[in-house]
Amino acid sequence: MMNQLLSGDAPRSGILTAVLLLIVISLAFGPFLFPGTRAFSTLGTICVFIIVVSAYDLMLGYTHIVSFAHTMFFGIGAYGIAMATDGMGNSFGAIASGLAGALILSLVLSLLLGLLSLRVRAIFFALVTLAVAFAFLSVVTQLYNLTGGEDGLRVRVPRELGPAFRPFDQPLPGFSVTRLITALVSDPGNPLQAFKGAIYEFRFTGRELMYYVVFFLSAGIFLFLLRLVNSPFGRVLQAIRENEFRAEALGYRTVYYRTAVVILSALLATVAGATFALINRYVNPENTLNFELMVFILLMSVIGGMGTLYGAVVGVALFTLAQNYLQDLLRWVGGYTEGIPLLAQLTGPDRWLLWFGLLFVLSVYFFPTGIVGQFRLWAGRRRRPT
Amino acid sequence: MSFDQAVLETCDLTISFGGHIAVNNVSCEFSRGSLTSIVGPNGAGKTTWFNLISGQLKATSGQVRLFGEDITGLGPARRSDKGLGRAFQLTNLFPNLTALENVRLAVASRHRIGHVFWQMASQRRDIADRALSYLEQVNLARRADTLVAALPHGDQRKLEVALMLALEPEVFMFDEPTAGMSVDEVPVILDLIADIKRRQNKVILLVEHKMDVVKSLSDRIVVLHNGELVADGEPSEVIASPIVQQVYLGASEQRVDDGEVASHD
Ligand SMILES: Nc1ncnc2c1ncn2[C@@H]1O[C@H](COP(=O)(O)OP(=O)(O)OP(=O)(O)O)[C@@H](O)[C@H]1O
Ligand SMILES: [Mg+2]
Repeated sequence: MMNQLLSGDAPRSGILTAVLLLIVISLAFGPFLFPGTRAFSTLGTICVFIIVVSAYDLMLGYTHIVSFAHTMFFGIGAYGIAMATDGMGNSFGAIASGLAGALILSLVLSLLLGLLSLRVRAIFFALVTLAVAFAFLSVVTQLYNLTGGEDGLRVRVPRELGPAFRPFDQPLPGFSVTRLITALVSDPGNPLQAFKGAIYEFRFTGRELMYYVVFFLSAGIFLFLLRLVNSPFGRVLQAIRENEFRAEALGYRTVYYRTAVVILSALLATVAGATFALINRYVNPENTLNFELMVFILLMSVIGGMGTLYGAVVGVALFTLAQNYLQDLLRWVGGYTEGIPLLAQLTGPDRWLLWFGLLFVLSVYFFPTGIVGQFRLWAGRRRRPT
Repeated sequence: MSFDQAVLETCDLTISFGGHIAVNNVSCEFSRGSLTSIVGPNGAGKTTWFNLISGQLKATSGQVRLFGEDITGLGPARRSDKGLGRAFQLTNLFPNLTALENVRLAVASRHRIGHVFWQMASQRRDIADRALSYLEQVNLARRADTLVAALPHGDQRKLEVALMLALEPEVFMFDEPTAGMSVDEVPVILDLIADIKRRQNKVILLVEHKMDVVKSLSDRIVVLHNGELVADGEPSEVIASPIVQQVYLGASEQRVDDGEVASHD
């Protein structure tokens, strides 16, 4: 059963299994474990970006196609929803037509890009995607009347997905892991008090409902991709990656396979963008189309481990946490370094990217196959000690 | 349908590489149930001719026809689908996959399941079983789970042949299948070719330098020299013809049928 679900592609490492379980449980019970709007938005971001990065891994890790247009498709999905609800009101009909329109546009653009990969190879393809993505970004910024330009658009979601909707009459009980840990650290002598303090109540609203839609969508898409890469189709992708000339001689029209991957990856990014608009309820060029975001997606793939899919989950979770909480950590450290000239400069909260960059360089240096690759390497060594 | 209808034809097939004409106006027909050996000295254009037939190279002029259909404009994948099977002279495999996985890719292509994304590849026992049977045919079953990169050269040559068998083609194109194999491995491949010839009514093209092999297996010999077809006919006639003696041996007095024709291995 589990083997079927994971398509015979288990994590193959004890630590990795533990880390993945931790992530899955945190996401599945997120609203019941982590109170507060900030934690809630972090959880949502992780779910959305698991779709984005695993779709990107299908392209980069499994097919060795380097594209910088992934955020463009993400943005198309997000703006599709934002513009449709802006124009047609906050109905499910508007969401459906926004998504449909976005998917069609993504399909056409990715088909063109896919066919282009027939003509140009590797590095030129990457450059073209970069140019297309930049062109798209500037079009979105220019068309102020439609897209809100730099200011972006608020997304008005249907009542059922908003905070006013209350599917349950009573507040639900939650158990705050964060409060428990803080209490245990600050007052280790009093665990009972800590446990009691961790219990809280919260209102399950349409926002939580939307979160669970995204969670299950993300899980479904991840399992679908896991199946895809372990299917006969996935084997052909592997063959193309290994020896494209021979794959072609065996009768596989490699351009079709590559185009299919580019299109599928684009459509999934579009779906992710749409869910992002609905859960974040605010769309602008910076949070959907920016080149910086593209670099983040690339980083998440590489840190997690390319060509493993599980790497996408680990990479996204780690990166998003770092992005959201490294600043807190730095602020806290900054409290102690105030007044010390250079150190104070280095530990400001807006220096998080610097520190993250450092962590990134170190992790790539020590774990060239990403976190997942490294875990599997260790697990393999333990199984066959030499 | 006449028995003699050509399965494969090349008509005035020519390719030039920046002025150097590697295959020059070669016209030839191949019909069912025949094994044709293609011989000629190193650099004669044998492999290039094969590449033109199976689509790895595009002809400068001329045509390739399969079952009467002009396939000159098609790429290698389409030609493979239509029944052209090719085993390469320089081993050309998937080095970081296992031997079984290599053959499985060929079987999956033959069964047209490359697009199937909803099943686990490991669930298709039928495909794996077929792949294993082809490995058995070339005596490689015990190497099924070995990575190709770790296989000795002779085994890689056998695997190259297994991939072509798995495609179940209408035209088998062997390009020096036994080159670089140890003496005791060669009969496996030769028996296999003889077996295909006996049991299947297909077209077999064989590029081979070992003259005893050529003589014992072929129904016909085609001689290429400097990209041109210089002789074509019954094995004994062709070998005895003065032009072949001249092409192969130049000034030398030794006769061709005494052994190897070219300085190979
Ligand atoms: N891609 C290419 N570009 C330029 N010249 C080429 C190319 N391929 C083959 N040639 C030339 O065409 C000629 C024929 O080469 P080919 O490999 O077909 O010979 P062959 O008969 O197969 O020889 P061998 O017995 O050594 O395998 C050679 O002179 C070779 O250098
Ligand atoms: Mg050759």
